[in-house]
Amino acid sequence: MTLKTISIKNLLRRKGKAGFILAGLVIGVSTVVGIMAFVEAMTNDINHKLEKYGANILIVPRTENLTLSYGGLALGGVSFEMKEIQEIELTRVRTIKNSRNIAALGPLVLGVVSVDSHKVLMAGVDFKAAEILKPWWHVQGAVPEENEVILGAEAARILNLSIGNKITIKDKKLVVSGVLQPTGSQDDQLIFTRLVTAQTIFNKSGQISMAEVAALCKDCPIDAMVKQISDVLPGAKVMAIQQVVKSRMETLAQFKKFSYGISGVILLIGSLVVLVTMMGSVRERTDEIGIFRAIGFRKGHIMKIIFMEASIVSGLAGIIGYFIGFGAAKATLFIFTENHSGYVPFRFELAVGAVVTALMLGLISSAYPAFMASRLDPNEALRSL
Amino acid sequence: MSYIVADNLVKEYGEGETVVSAIDVINFEIEEGEFVGIMGESGSGKSTLLGMMGAMNAPTSGSLLVADIDIYSLGQEQRADFRREFLGFVFQSFHLVSYLTVIENIMLPLAIIKAGKKKKRVMAEAAMNQVGLSGKAHRLPSQISGGEKERVAIARAIVNEPPVLLADEPTGNLDTKTSHDIMELLHRLNDEGMTIVMVTHSPDCAGYARRIMRVTDGKLVDDNVKLRSLKRWQKKEKNKEPFPNRSQALMVGSLPTG
Repeated sequence: MTLKTISIKNLLRRKGKAGFILAGLVIGVSTVVGIMAFVEAMTNDINHKLEKYGANILIVPRTENLTLSYGGLALGGVSFEMKEIQEIELTRVRTIKNSRNIAALGPLVLGVVSVDSHKVLMAGVDFKAAEILKPWWHVQGAVPEENEVILGAEAARILNLSIGNKITIKDKKLVVSGVLQPTGSQDDQLIFTRLVTAQTIFNKSGQISMAEVAALCKDCPIDAMVKQISDVLPGAKVMAIQQVVKSRMETLAQFKKFSYGISGVILLIGSLVVLVTMMGSVRERTDEIGIFRAIGFRKGHIMKIIFMEASIVSGLAGIIGYFIGFGAAKATLFIFTENHSGYVPFRFELAVGAVVTALMLGLISSAYPAFMASRLDPNEALRSL
Repeated sequence: MSYIVADNLVKEYGEGETVVSAIDVINFEIEEGEFVGIMGESGSGKSTLLGMMGAMNAPTSGSLLVADIDIYSLGQEQRADFRREFLGFVFQSFHLVSYLTVIENIMLPLAIIKAGKKKKRVMAEAAMNQVGLSGKAHRLPSQISGGEKERVAIARAIVNEPPVLLADEPTGNLDTKTSHDIMELLHRLNDEGMTIVMVTHSPDCAGYARRIMRVTDGKLVDDNVKLRSLKRWQKKEKNKEPFPNRSQALMVGSLPTG
């Protein structure tokens, strides 16, 4: 016979009340675990998508001229008389400290060509890198092989070309292997071909006009990477497209804050449930506590009984709450994610955190009822002596 | 040598003009091994007095020594320790813990002492045998009779072998035969050396005590009252009309109920 026996027996006797406290805490803990696991999985999902989002660092030749265009509107004659970057130099980008953060590196060579009296911008790209750099591209037809091109939607319309048509650019016969579905970007106006083909046409072998780097991920130190690339490519101008990263990260951070705020409110409600139920339980047990005190239980013994009861229920609530929350996050992700994977990574810290949080909540919420119980005057509690 | 010494005990409730005196200057001494019965009418202050002896109801003034310890000079927690070490309580309406079995109720005072599980069990079984409760160890209080509940309460009070047993109306809820058995049990415990102080209404029960004190209006009016005079007092009490005039009784009886 120990104080633990009293606690356990009391919980078993008051199954309804114990169940109510358990339910209150389970709801609180499972909601928090669910939200946290959901946020974690969503963060991973968003990061994964951001990594695939496209280029966020541009490498362009350094120039002393000011751009004469604004918002896509060109003012006056804009020349393409700019220096080129040597393709070989681009390999240095892979040597920077944060090279593991580079998802894709896409060289690009640009030039103006004439097709049936139309002046068109032609770009030579690395189509393998383009899969990551331009995930919004959907090609009708096939990705071009050597001496093949794909056309932007607008370019195809204006030039009145379709898949299988042949065009001649600077005496080189090229076959249209595909047409890009409209992207709403400048890409709609261009003709794309393989890098080598374009370099041959423009007579720019081993040279590129610019390069795009995809380095979008949660922990990417974009500014540091820009500096590192600038250091290895002193002749180039390296720019970060920070707005994309920042806006997405801010959205995620706001979502996290909101989720944690909701979690806090739910936990507070859970604590109040424990507090109110425990207070009720203490009031109901006035006689019993009076007996305990009359036969020599110290205040500490009474508090220990109450805290033990709270620990048993809240510990159990922590374990049950974790599994329910984890399951709920999986189910929610299954419904809301595009690929319906429902994958939620198991995090030991979250499991331990759930149990510790539940225990802390249970104990803190029981502190006042336990204090009140321990202060009961045995004489008044019994009223028989 | 006196084991319990009450010196000018006073207990008052309320403040200012609303002060009610529950104990009005009481002095007595109880020797070790005595069996003292405290008698008195309802509201006379006998239970208050027992509560004071039980280190649970501090006097307004005066002192109370048990085994040379001035119990109200102790702090609250020390008084709890004192109750555990020196006193056993038998409450008026058993006050058993409903969700604990008979043996668990008896073992309750042992829950907070440092002793092995086996030793606690042996102590509890010894107390059970002493009060004649063998075979009922695993029953709940709701599954045993009133007399058995009283025995459980006594076993709980004596399980840690305290020198003093305080009993408040131990037969108050029992029939005559069971009351007699319980009083025999207390008498036997006293024979074994336990000091017993018992509050009772019943002169029959008080007859088992070796010394009887009578309390009226918070005053100790008689100490070591003879049994014959007690019986006379009882008769007088019984003959008292509950309502001095019949019309008052009828009026009360005609009050709407529910």
